[in-house]
Amino acid sequence: MSSAVANERPVTPEVVREHGLNEDEYELILDIMGREPNLLELGIFSVMWSEHCSYKSSKKWLKYLPTKGPQVIKGPGENAGVIDIGEGLAAIFKMESHNHPSYIEPYQGAATGVGGILRDVFTMGARPVANLNALRFGSPDHPKTRHLVAGVVAGIGGYGNCVGVPTVGGEVNFDASYNGNILVNAMTVGIAPADRIFYSAAAGVGKPVVYVGSKTGRDGIHGATMASAEFDEDSEEKRPTVQVGDPFTEKLLIEACLELMATDAIVAIQDMGAAGLTSSSFEMASKGGSGVELELDKVPCREEGMTPYEMMLSESQERMLMVLQPGKEDLARGVFEKWDLDFAIIGRLTDSGRMVLKMHGEVVGDLPIDPLAEASPEYDRPWEATPPQDDIDPAGFTPSVTAAEALKRLMATPDLCSKRWIWEQYDHMVMADTVARPGGDAAVVRIHGSNRGLAMSSDCTPRYCKADPERGGAQVVAESWRNLTAVGAKPLAITDNMNFGNPERPEIMGQFVGCVAGMKAACEALDYPVVSGNVSLYNETNGQAILPTPVVGGVGLIDDLDHIAGAALPGPGQTLVLLGETRGHLGSSIYLRDVEGRREGAPPPVDLETERRNGDFVRAQIREGAVTACHDLSDGGLAVALAEMALAGDCGADITEASSAEDNPPLAAWLFGEDQARYLVTTTRAEALVAAASAAGVPARVLGQTGGDRLILAAGEAISLADLKAGHEDWLPGYMER
Amino acid sequence: MKAAVIVFPDSNSDRDVQVALRQSMGSEPVMVWHKDSDFEKVDLIVLPGGFSYGDYLRPGAIAANSPVMKEIVARAKKGVAVLGICNGFQILTEARLVPGTLMRNANLRYICRDVTLKVETSQSLFTNKYEQDRPIRIPIAHHDGNYYADDDTLSALEDRGQIAFRYCDAGGNITEAANPNGSQRNIAGVYNETKTVLGLMPHPERLSDPKLGGNDGRPFFDGLVEALS
Repeated sequence: MSSAVANERPVTPEVVREHGLNEDEYELILDIMGREPNLLELGIFSVMWSEHCSYKSSKKWLKYLPTKGPQVIKGPGENAGVIDIGEGLAAIFKMESHNHPSYIEPYQGAATGVGGILRDVFTMGARPVANLNALRFGSPDHPKTRHLVAGVVAGIGGYGNCVGVPTVGGEVNFDASYNGNILVNAMTVGIAPADRIFYSAAAGVGKPVVYVGSKTGRDGIHGATMASAEFDEDSEEKRPTVQVGDPFTEKLLIEACLELMATDAIVAIQDMGAAGLTSSSFEMASKGGSGVELELDKVPCREEGMTPYEMMLSESQERMLMVLQPGKEDLARGVFEKWDLDFAIIGRLTDSGRMVLKMHGEVVGDLPIDPLAEASPEYDRPWEATPPQDDIDPAGFTPSVTAAEALKRLMATPDLCSKRWIWEQYDHMVMADTVARPGGDAAVVRIHGSNRGLAMSSDCTPRYCKADPERGGAQVVAESWRNLTAVGAKPLAITDNMNFGNPERPEIMGQFVGCVAGMKAACEALDYPVVSGNVSLYNETNGQAILPTPVVGGVGLIDDLDHIAGAALPGPGQTLVLLGETRGHLGSSIYLRDVEGRREGAPPPVDLETERRNGDFVRAQIREGAVTACHDLSDGGLAVALAEMALAGDCGADITEASSAEDNPPLAAWLFGEDQARYLVTTTRAEALVAAASAAGVPARVLGQTGGDRLILAAGEAISLADLKAGHEDWLPGYMER
Repeated sequence: MKAAVIVFPDSNSDRDVQVALRQSMGSEPVMVWHKDSDFEKVDLIVLPGGFSYGDYLRPGAIAANSPVMKEIVARAKKGVAVLGICNGFQILTEARLVPGTLMRNANLRYICRDVTLKVETSQSLFTNKYEQDRPIRIPIAHHDGNYYADDDTLSALEDRGQIAFRYCDAGGNITEAANPNGSQRNIAGVYNETKTVLGLMPHPERLSDPKLGGNDGRPFFDGLVEALS
């Protein structure tokens, strides 16, 4: 819809439809209001009840996810999740999608995605210490893909680099299902004193409501509504609903907010994200059981003549809303003026339970807060389970190429190639605490001024989720947990970013339900609760849905940075040991898809007890210094993990003897199968490690020795590191700079 | 030795250089807010990395015209040591405390990675702890680090020994492949004529701690402290 809707426009059925509200929802609005809403009020209902803000299709199912644990200080429901990381500190983190805007305008869409998630974290009192992202693009052959990759990567870098928060990790996949609907999920991790966390609940009649940050413009009006609808050919016309980011102002806002947070001036604080001033003021008043009265003519505006409708629905960036302790206004104003930011008292809390909006003294909108916030529709949408697929019998499988050739090809595929071209555009070292840089299982960031660290990663295997949502959902959580474990961290909690197609289609809703069920089981089994999250539905263009993509951002704790592991082979003369059981599971594997051209088969089973046992064992061995390198096995199985370790350490290896063992599955399945709960480690004390594994009930197998400048996979199956490296490093720059 | 780190709006490596200085000095550097041009007398002034004033207009251009820079230019002219890292280097060129200018990287992209640098001379306040010509590994992180000056200026800089660092390969060779951003003659850092002012794009403060993967930046700060104490 046009952003220039006149405020006086009558509310007709057509206007209601334009606002994305159906007839039943409009009836409910009439009930709540006891009269017809005016256009401003209708606009407010529209954004508050949008899928993006209200979770109306997903909340029935999200309730099943475990959100509690001794480490959880604050679970879902606030701007971000909060966990205890010891020594009086808390980690605050969340992941959020900015998919639709990034497809329309990749640079600004991605940049403002980063800006929004940073605000969610520092609004709670944390200094952001790391950014991560999960990106999914269409097929490399699609004419828009190159442009979208370039724009999104530049936008993420342009914002994060300027703000001075390192972008330390992420993942990038390509699949034709994202051709018309890319995914840009951004995550921020921050650290705060555990006794100084700021929440959004605002109570106390008469307390001033304060607006700080950038001025309000006409950008992003109805962004939340756009994010809650499918795309079609006319989506380009929605470009004006994409906001424009200003990371310079964001940096000032971070510093000013943290400076003010060190005083006792703030009662409640909330960033203006999706649905801007509307959702921030509603949320604060609703959570605090208050009413609120705003004088909209006091809102700092970028242009003259902005209507109340535009002010309330604008999604201009870098803005925050606060409620202050009375008498602290001058102190707060001083801080924001020092940082050259706007500061305006725009209203006060009341006890009316209503939101009253005034313009030049005249009431232009008057809505009840709780009924609107709490009565938002909740749908139990019909769903259909995804039919299971058959297993692929490794014994009946005949490879079309040699193992060495398959490995060479896999390492140079869009999904498995080096993403250096991308992460070198992100400042991943600013703040001088990045201990493990991008490219490994998990990034490690030192807790400033200590010898402890946080490990973090983002993960999802959408092809598994498509083939078997429940198994895929469990695998996402397990892989996240495994990635943190592989660097030596204790996994603490996750944020989830649920990206799916149109929930009004039963098969899509079935994917959602299945993934949630799998995630729930894994979170429970691994004591790895969900503390924050975001749902992005309607990721479809012209009826073509994306693969189900429930991304998990995990955070773990490292007590002692002197005992962590990296994936790089540490040099020659070490013994390679494979931990976990190898059956040669080829269904839905990347080998089957990218080497054999077959997208089929059940994804690997996820045995959560085994995950836990194997992972706990690996973590303990890393802490004891018994392993010299560690890498989790995932896409591409053993062979790809070994190749990644070899390239990272610039050191070869020979596993001929192990690969010819009689009880192995056929070679290709042994090398490329994607059985779960496995780690590849190196050690100088193999005998002791294998004995300890055996005592812990963890299958362990000596594979061979490190050394040389080749990978020798089996007799007659050798490949030089130089060859592997060329393909691995050259694909992405070659593609982008073609 | 006393050191001041100037904090502009959107300096973002101010804390990083504060940590590195503290480690080498054994005491705290003074953090100076950009509106405070009347700061105490110090032996070293550091302009840290970041995006002062959002890099709007041109990187370093607005900061170079800020009140605190007038004071810094005056002190530099009296011989006080001034170090500009990354955005600080850009500010120094805009303030004409060092010659040349920094253009957008030749590949037009932001680049963050370790590079190897050749130390052109160990005869300076900033490099006395390095061995001349031995390559060191230091990270870069910038969008506008493509050093440019005209040929006459470059030759004069070389003649007067004003080149501080050049991008080189692991063997210390100055090659095109080792040049990350298109800089003229692989220049990564330059001095003023008296070698009391240094601007460089690489960030020695980011590898001054073995835990972060390298310690080649540490001698830079240790050497400064020794020379100025």
